[in-house]
Order: sequence, then structure tokens, then C-alpha cells
Amino acid sequence: MPPAPPAVPLTAYLIVSAILFSLGAIGFVIRKNVITMFMCIELMLNAINLSFVAFSYKHGTVDGHLFTFFVMVVAAAEAAVGLAIILTVYKNRNTLMADDIDSLKL
Amino acid sequence: MQQLWLIPLFPLIGFLINGLFGRKLPKSAISLVAVGTVVASFLWVLKTLSAIMPLETPHIETYATWIQSGFVNIPFEFAVDRLTAVMLLVVTGIGSLIHVYATGYMAEEDGYYRFFAYLNLFMFFMLTLVLGNNYLLLFVGWEGVGLCSYLLIGFYYLKNSASTAGNKAFIVNRVGDFGFSLAMFLIVIQFKTLTFQDVMKQAAQVPVEHAVGMMTVICLLLLVGAAGKSAQVPLHVWLPDAMEGPTPVSALIHAATMVTAGVYMTCRSATIFLKAPIAMEAVAIVGLITAVLAATIGMTQWDIKKVFAYSTISQLGYMFLAAGVGAFGPAMWHVVTHAFFKALLFLGAGAVIYSMHHEQDMRHMGGLRKYIPITFGTLACAWIAIAGVPLTSGWFSKEAILGAVYHHSPIMYWIAVLTAMVTAFYVSRSMFLTFFGEFRGAAVPAAGHHGHGDEDDHGHDDHGHAVEKHDDRAHAVAHNAAHDTEPHEAPFVMWGPLAVLAALSIVGGFFDLPHFLEPALPPAEHVAHEAWLEIVGSAAGILGIVIAHIMYVAKPEMPDALTAKLGGLYRLVYDKYRVDEAYDLTIVDPLIGGSRSFLWKGLDAGLIDGMVNGAGSTARLVGGFARWIQTGNMRTYGAWVLVGAVAVLAYLGIGGGVR
Amino acid sequence: MDTLLFALFAGIAILSAVVMIMQRHPVSSALALVGVMGSLAILYLLLGATFIAAAQLIVYAGAIMVLFLFVIMLLNAGAEPKPLRQSFLARALGFPLGIALIAILGFLIQRTVPPDSVVVRFADAKAGSPQDIGRALFTQYLLPFEVTSVLVLIAILGAVVLARKET
Repeated sequence: MPPAPPAVPLTAYLIVSAILFSLGAIGFVIRKNVITMFMCIELMLNAINLSFVAFSYKHGTVDGHLFTFFVMVVAAAEAAVGLAIILTVYKNRNTLMADDIDSLKL
Repeated sequence: MQQLWLIPLFPLIGFLINGLFGRKLPKSAISLVAVGTVVASFLWVLKTLSAIMPLETPHIETYATWIQSGFVNIPFEFAVDRLTAVMLLVVTGIGSLIHVYATGYMAEEDGYYRFFAYLNLFMFFMLTLVLGNNYLLLFVGWEGVGLCSYLLIGFYYLKNSASTAGNKAFIVNRVGDFGFSLAMFLIVIQFKTLTFQDVMKQAAQVPVEHAVGMMTVICLLLLVGAAGKSAQVPLHVWLPDAMEGPTPVSALIHAATMVTAGVYMTCRSATIFLKAPIAMEAVAIVGLITAVLAATIGMTQWDIKKVFAYSTISQLGYMFLAAGVGAFGPAMWHVVTHAFFKALLFLGAGAVIYSMHHEQDMRHMGGLRKYIPITFGTLACAWIAIAGVPLTSGWFSKEAILGAVYHHSPIMYWIAVLTAMVTAFYVSRSMFLTFFGEFRGAAVPAAGHHGHGDEDDHGHDDHGHAVEKHDDRAHAVAHNAAHDTEPHEAPFVMWGPLAVLAALSIVGGFFDLPHFLEPALPPAEHVAHEAWLEIVGSAAGILGIVIAHIMYVAKPEMPDALTAKLGGLYRLVYDKYRVDEAYDLTIVDPLIGGSRSFLWKGLDAGLIDGMVNGAGSTARLVGGFARWIQTGNMRTYGAWVLVGAVAVLAYLGIGGGVR
Repeated sequence: MDTLLFALFAGIAILSAVVMIMQRHPVSSALALVGVMGSLAILYLLLGATFIAAAQLIVYAGAIMVLFLFVIMLLNAGAEPKPLRQSFLARALGFPLGIALIAILGFLIQRTVPPDSVVVRFADAKAGSPQDIGRALFTQYLLPFEVTSVLVLIAILGAVVLARKET
């Protein structure tokens, strides 16, 4: 067994980020419950945050951290509004299944 | 700076006020605004001119760069030289008088505010035309007055003949404007500028062209433009029809100012014209033919306004004749004196028509001298002026023109003298028919009494009457039937301007205008005055009056006998040489037929509709497939986004788009 | 030590993510997502982003996920039933596309950032303390920060307006 690398390469973080992002995307497509789909979006945002922080480490600045910070704020705002929308949709259509909410087509 | 821009601004303000709020304003306010702004403009002209007066060189005011494209730099620029000064005084002065007159003439009409809004707009454009210091700005005014002319000819827009006449004027003018535009393009190519002073300075360096060259082409195209606006043969057909408009319009636009724009433009371009003798000859010939044809037609017409319309065409022909033989000064002189007496003739005719309850046919008049003495007195001044009775204004300018023509070509001179006699004859004829003899209004002859005579006057009315409220003649007929038709004198606001114009018509010639204009025009060769020329010219005018007196007062049965004897020739002249019919046959009918069968049925219905419908059905076909993508299901969309993302990344990864 | 911690929490994050997208019941998914976020916080710590790690736990795992759970329970959302209609494309292409995405992204990352060019050591982080963040936030990023507060305010208003009872 080769000796463990002395430290973790940055690439590993990025690959984790990519995997999480892709899983989020898969989840968004295969799940039918709008709340779960919404959570998948959060997952994708988190994956991107990881990339930001990783790159920030590489450059030795806080810019990436601040982007992450702003993404968090936006995500919070988005969650508040998005969940409110979901509530309204549920009140009107009495379903949470994305396949049943198809009034985008006339 | 003398704030030249204020001159056209006043009427524009009047137009805006009357045009935007006129519907709500009382008539007195409308009159005040309309007349006030024009008078303000006139006063500002006086003030400006007194400030800059000797005016040996042009006074130029540049306001902004208008068009800057490549080597062409066209500034927004007003200029006054002596030529412009004369035009300014005529336009604003006579314009003011006619505005005052119109408040009386139009008092009973619907659309009072509309009329004055248009009239003020016309003043604005006319002043822009004469003030503009380059061809393009002149062209703006040129088109603007054309627009106002169209609007005012079609003022009684419910009357079919009026709107048709408006269209005709507009369309015929397009032919001339086309020529003018081409001329401007050539001037830009040749001189790289459109500013008058620069063009003239360069043109003065060009050698005289004895064969057809650039200068000749430019001048011929300018002639086409001038012929359209100033109603010269063969584009004269619109002006007689333009008499459908209210009479003040005929006086202001179609006699005194707008139609002289062509002469003004020719005189402006005098330097270029002098380099192109062939074009000069063309101008002279066109002018002469116009003068002769229009004068002969004028002898035969019965509608008093039509007579004066042909008279205007004929006089404009005189001006072109003068310009064509190089006598630009006398041409402008005639513009001014003609503006006096022809505006007076039209306004007087308007007063007559007013007093006759909108009757225009001279056969129904007669003996009016007793009923409307003031109108008669003022009209008589115009009569002797246009007939060329010595020492009236018309005599001076006409003798100046005839003298110059004689030195150019004696044949032209004799034709012009003959035309002068005919002119005196037809004006006298209309005066005798209107004011002398017995009043014939009570015994109104039924329409068609004179055989073919009425088709032009009344032909249009047959299909128009029923729906029209504005129709003058319907009104008049109703009046005549209702009560006795005693003519009555016009109010003061109408005869006041008449009196001023009458005074100008008599004494207006004592001011030696050609001498005054010398700094503004290229130097002309001075010709020795020959006394016998003046005697012949004066004699011709007086002879015309005498013949008319014999035929229409002394022996009233003579004209009918003569008409019968001349037969075909008379009828040809009466029908205005059938120019309109010729146009119908050669241009209008083929155009309509071609439009109908080829453009409409073939191109529009076949090709264009086919293309449009084809586009529609193609879109429907594509949409039929595309709608399968558009499921309305959010997750499907998500999947498509994912497909797109994978595709883009795959392209970047494989294609090496990322470093 | 770094390697060990990274491997552990990266593994937990990925595993939790897989669980999250495979669960039919939204409450399970939400709990799995909390797991992802917690392990991500540890990864941030490993990268030296102490402030972000704390914010991740407080904002995401704390506030946002509680909000999600609250909504799920409010609506009494059960497991996904088999719907009558569903997207054929999404069902058929979801997984293959996701795998393809992972593959391509991995390939691109490998090619763009060589594995041994930069390594992460816990003690080496140059920035990321709350002081650094605060200084940057109130100097260079002051305007975006203030704008964010407006955004949050609007989000609150929007949520209230959308969710209130029809009168």
C-alpha cells in the first residue's frame, strides 16, 4: 500500500463539490415532490459554495468566503419566498407533485 | 445676432395654440392668436431689417450643426440678404393682411380653428423657406408649404372634389420635388456643400457650359422642381383645382407666396443658371408657353376664381420668362407686384363671392358695382395694375420684363406682348361681367343651360351633395331659393386689407426693386431703355381693356357669336387644352390599371399574401413538432437543462475550450 | 490526519446526498440534507474558513432546514405516490445524465487543476477568520452587503404576502 499523501490535494475538494452538484441535479430531475426538488437546489448551492471556499484557500483571500456568505443570504431569502410559493400552490391545487402542477402548458 | 429664428417662431406658436387648444377656444381668441402671431412676425421682420439694413452682404445666423456626414456639413442656418428681405416683407406683410381678411371671410365656417392653425403653419414653413441658408433647409420649408397647401385645399374635406384637388396638388408637386431632390444631390456631388454662399462662390468659378454638362443638368432639375411648385407647364394642372380651398388660401398660398417659391429658388440659384445657357433657354421657353396657354384658357372660364387661377399661372410664366432671359431682378419685382395685385384680386373675388352668398359663376353676377362699391373700387386698382395701365405697379415690373425679353429675343417679346394684351382682356372681361351691366343673380340659369359649360363646376357635385354640410354651392342654392339675393358689402375686416393692397398695387412700382436687389443677385448686363418698347407694352394692355369693353359692355352679343364661329378651337381652350385628360390617358389610367391587375392581383394577392400565408403555415408546422417539447412539466424542463449542461461541458471538455 | 478527516466527512457528505435523493419521503430527505450540510461545515473548517463553517451550521443546518421541515410538517407531506402522469424524459435520463455530468466535471477538474499542484493543510489557511471576513465585508463589499439587507427585507415581505390568508 502506497503511503498516504501528506495532505489532501485541492482537486479532491473540487471533485467532491462536482459530485454533490451532480447529485443535486439528478435529484432535481428524478424527485417528484416539489419540496424535495427545492432541497436539491439547496444542495447544488452548497456544492458551489464548497468550490468557492476551496478556490479561496488557493488564492489566500477572503473573496470566495464572501461569495459563499452572499450565496447563503440569497439562499435564505430564496427559501423563505420559495416555501411561501409552495404553500400557496398547495393551497390552490392541493398537491405537491411536480407532475401534477403542469399549468405551464395551456 | 438679430434673433432671426423668432420670425418663423411666432406663427409656429400660433399654430400650436390653435392646433392644440383651438377646439375649446372662442373664435375671438383664435383670431387674436392667429392674426397676432403673424403681425408679431411682421413687426419683428421690420425691426430686424431696420437694424441690419444696408445689407450689402448677407446677414447669417448659425444655430447648430444639422447634418454632419463625411464631407457634407449642413448647418442649421438662417440668413437675410436683400432677396430674402423682400420675400420676408411680402410674406409677412401680405400674410398679415390676409389673416385679418380671413377672420371676416371664414367667420361662419366650421373648423375655424383648424383653418387658422393650418394658415399659421403655412406661415412658419414659408418663412423657413425664405430664411433658410441652404438648399436643404429651403427644401424643408418647400415641403412644409406643400403640406399646408394640401391641407388647406382639402379644407372642406367632406367635399369630394376638394379632397381630390388636394391629392392632385400633392401628387403633382411630388414630381417637382423629385427633380429638386435630384438637383440637390448633384449639387452636393459637384460643390460638396449646400450652403447658398458657398455654392454660388464655387459656381462663379465654373466656366459657362455651352453643351449639356453638370451645370445644365442641375439647372434643368431645379427647373423641374420650380415648375412643380410654381405651376409651370406641364405641371400646372394642380393650381386651378386648388381653388377648391377657401379664398384667403387661394390669395395667400396659391397667388402671393407659395407659388412664387419656384421663382425665388431660381433667383437664389441665379449664379448656377447663368453658367448653363441651355437651361436658361429652357426656363424662358417653359415660362413663355405657360404664360400663353394659361392666358388663353383664362379668357374662356366662367368661374371667377378659375379665371384668376389661370391668370396666376400666366403671370408666373412671365416671371420664369424673365428669369430665363437673365432678368432676375425684374422677375423678383414682378413677384412682389404680382403678390400685391393678385392677392387683391383673389381677396376681392372672395368679397364678391361672399356678397353673392358663395356664388362663383360670373354669369350669375353683373352690375355689382352698385351693390358693393368699396370692393369694386379696390378691385379696380388691381385690374388696372395687372392690365399694365401706365404708372401702376404691374406696369413697371411688366415693362422691365418685356424690355429684358426684347433684348434676348424679339420673337419672344412679341409673343409676350400679345400675352399681355390677352391678360388685360381676360381680367377686364371678368370685371365687366361681374361689376357692369345688369345684375343676373335673380335669373339663375338652370345648371346645364350653357350646354357643355358647366361640367367642370357642377359635375363633381352630383355625387357629393347629399352628405355634405360644408358645400358652398349647396348652401348658396339654398340661400337663393330661400330669399332674395341682394348682394351686400363685406365687413370692414375684409375691405380694410383690400384697401391697403389696393394702395400697394397702385404705388408699389415706384420703388426700383431690381436696383435694390443688385447686391444679392449676380450682376446683370444693363440694357438701354427704349421708349417704344414701353409704349407698345402699355398700348397692348389698354387695347386688351378696350376689346373687352367692346365685347362685354358695348356689344354683349358678340362673344357668343365669336364662340360659335371658333367652335372647336374655343372648346379646346375652354377644356384647358385637355391636359388633364391627356394625363389621365397616359399616366393615371395605366397606373390604376397596372396597380389593379399587376400590383394588387398579382404581386399583393399572389406573391406577398402567398409568402405571408406560407410563413404562417410553416410556423404552424414547426410548432406542431415543437409543442411536443413544450410539455408544461417542470421536471422535463429540468431534464432538458441538464441535457444542455452536459452537452456544453462535453463540448468544452472534448473541444478543449477550457485551457 | 487531514486526509483522514477529509475522507471521512467527504464520504459522509456524498453518502448523505445519495440518501437524500433516493428517499421518497421528504422528511428523510431533509434529515439527509442536514447531514450533508454538517459535513460540509467540517470541510470548510479544514479549508480554514472558520466563519463560513459557523455560518453554514447556523444558517443552513439551523435556520433553512428548520424552515423546510416546518413546511413539510405543516403540509403533512407523505411519501411520493406513483403519479398518474410523469415525465418520461426525467425518469429515463435523470441518472445517466447525472453520471455523465460527474464524469465530465471530474475530467475537466483533473485537466484544469493538476492534483498535486495545490495541497490543503489545515494550519496553512491564510484567511477566513471572522476578523478577515468582517474587514472585507465592511470595506470592499460594503455596498453588496447593504443591498443584501434590502434583498432580505423584500424576501420577508414577499413571503408574508404570498403565504397570508386570502381575505
